[in-house]
Amino acid sequence: MTIQDIIQVLLFFALLIGLTPILGNFMSKVFAGERHFMLPVFGWLEKLIYKFIGIAPNEEANWKSYTFGLLLFNLIGFIFVFLIQLFQTYLPFNPAHLPNVTWHSAFNTSVSFVTNTNWQGYAGETTMSYFVQMIGLTVQNFVSAATGMAVLLALIRGLSRKTTDKLGNFWTDITRIILYVLLPLSILFAIVLVGQGVVQNFKPYEEVQTLQGALQVIPMGPAASQIAIKQLGTNGGGFFNANSAHPFENPTPFSNFLEMLFILLIPASLTFTYGKMVGSTRQGWTIFTAMLILLIVGLGISLYAEYSSNPIFGNLPLMEGKETRFGITNSVLWSTVTTAASNGSVNAMHESLSPLAGMVTIINILLGEVIFGGVGAGLYGMVIFIILTVFIAGLMVGRTPEYLGKKIEAFEVQMAIIAILAPSFVILLFTAWASVSNLGLSSLNNAGPHGFSEILYAFSSAAGNNGSAFAGLNANTPFYNLTTGLGMIIGRFGIIIPVLAIAGKMAGKKITPPSAGTFHTDNGLFIGLLIAVILIVGGLTFFPALSLGPIIEHLLMNSGTTF
Amino acid sequence: MKTLFIALKIFLFFTVLTGIVYPLLVSGMAQAAFPEKANGSIIIKDGKAIGSELIGQKFDSTNYFIGRPSAVSYNPLPSGGSNYGLTNATLKKLVAGRKQQFIAFNQLDSLTEIPSEMLFASASGLDPHISPKAALLQVDRVVKARNLNPGQKEKLTRYIHSESDLPKFGLFGQSRINVLLLNIELDKLSSKYADNK
Repeated sequence: MTIQDIIQVLLFFALLIGLTPILGNFMSKVFAGERHFMLPVFGWLEKLIYKFIGIAPNEEANWKSYTFGLLLFNLIGFIFVFLIQLFQTYLPFNPAHLPNVTWHSAFNTSVSFVTNTNWQGYAGETTMSYFVQMIGLTVQNFVSAATGMAVLLALIRGLSRKTTDKLGNFWTDITRIILYVLLPLSILFAIVLVGQGVVQNFKPYEEVQTLQGALQVIPMGPAASQIAIKQLGTNGGGFFNANSAHPFENPTPFSNFLEMLFILLIPASLTFTYGKMVGSTRQGWTIFTAMLILLIVGLGISLYAEYSSNPIFGNLPLMEGKETRFGITNSVLWSTVTTAASNGSVNAMHESLSPLAGMVTIINILLGEVIFGGVGAGLYGMVIFIILTVFIAGLMVGRTPEYLGKKIEAFEVQMAIIAILAPSFVILLFTAWASVSNLGLSSLNNAGPHGFSEILYAFSSAAGNNGSAFAGLNANTPFYNLTTGLGMIIGRFGIIIPVLAIAGKMAGKKITPPSAGTFHTDNGLFIGLLIAVILIVGGLTFFPALSLGPIIEHLLMNSGTTF
Repeated sequence: MKTLFIALKIFLFFTVLTGIVYPLLVSGMAQAAFPEKANGSIIIKDGKAIGSELIGQKFDSTNYFIGRPSAVSYNPLPSGGSNYGLTNATLKKLVAGRKQQFIAFNQLDSLTEIPSEMLFASASGLDPHISPKAALLQVDRVVKARNLNPGQKEKLTRYIHSESDLPKFGLFGQSRINVLLLNIELDKLSSKYADNK
């Protein structure tokens, strides 16, 4: 690593920490329906929407109605995106004359974008028309992000209100999130990206004659508008197959720096919003710190692995699957950031990372996408771990566990366990199945333990709603499209429903004022406990699987073995 | 039933807003502010499109600087990397082969250290850049192939240095040179050669 590399990494974290309270504070105002500076800009549009859909914006719902609205809205999105892919040849904006998408790929992609996973079994530039990219996928980039943030918002209300059954209005929540947070930031970011060289047009693919006289067909399209929200909303689905490694998606180191920052910007800021809305910014910073520690430890291991020599390639810098303009440090930083947050966009091919750096990306996902995680999803996932931590700490000292003055009882712990086990179950079961059946094995691109890692990564990414991949795996088969599709649904709604149930139950409880015996959840001790619980749960569940993949591969690599 | 209608209507609204209005708005602003970049940074020569500044091209002639190995052979449909893991035997073989080939192609000493981006395939398969060192190692071969005089060689080397110096990029990223732009410059430098062709 050069001094310049180190400065870039430090600048990245400094900006992240500095922007967190600014955006976090703004979002807390938006969420609470208070006055803020975006109101004069889009306030009229908000009112127009309520009029158009015919709702009273302040009419609130209990947890069941809130959940029902959310699920219905997501189901409509799924059906719509599914159908327009099946019939894209009959729809406009298809200058490259791309054929209709197969049913299983369309199912997978539709689930993928609705669940904020953005796993891609297809290659954008040779599969999807501009129509599908814009009207199907870009829209889901917005609304799936808004859905995740709305769930968090409902949970915050459950924690901060007392003796009520009302959690808010889902329609109002997503409207405000999109109008005041996601849309303005996306417009701004998209323009900056075009200024760096990201394409934004509706032209047919450009045919050029190269200097050596060959024909090269260069894909075009409305990319910048999709990439902006893909980074901001922890979506991660690339406009082009190579995602943010493609020079048209991420042309310069400066665009790279911004895209990387924007992966974490909203998830990090939400911790501040959370603290503000539950009445103690210290609670928010506590969570932020726990997340930051986990992120930095992972980054350290990754950088160490990538800069170490090995018997196969000696001291050769490991540039396989990396771009010259980013180099190793910025590729590794991105790989840890994009897997910690459930973004899943890539600027280097994770499959070609050294085994330990590859393992860090898998672990970031396996820990439940709570290291900042998806927008909203990361934080509500973290609250699940907090409930578990408080519960375990309560057992140790023999007191009724409490969090933010609310008693944690059997129901909440049961729901928390379901939310933690649902994705784990999917990952281990499907990985095991794919590893012993020809359906799974015939898609591999690498032999040996690395092949197993491809499968483990695929199902982790699906159930964790991350979307990145060890992309050599040919996942565009009926088997993988259906299994990862199912994994994404369970990994998304298998957490959202328990979280909303917890929110509903918590809202009905009283808030006990803190006493001398209260277990504090806003200090260093708690950060330590929380991290320990996350690592122990993750370790116990996944260590055997990891040892069959990246760990053994690392050991074999160091003895010079290839497959 | 009431919820269904609300959900349908709000879905319709956001589809129009974020799926149509938003991309069109961004396109309008982008086309006004950065028309060339929004349209792919296409390079036009004699009225014909000869490539994009951002998309690498396949070079294998001794008359040109060579770019990085590409898993898709610089065909952008679709882009992508090799996705070989480090313990993949094919990768090991490829890297050894590319090293020998680069040395032979440029008539270098067999002990020359070859920059690693010339041995490993890029992530996008379209990487437009190589390191300045990788370009400098090719200068002698290109000069010989094109019969350039020492003055032209001097200009070429100076161009590589001036285009790839770090301050040009400020704080971010790696020192690098755009292969396509370099080759266009090369064609200009030896325009006599190009005319004869």
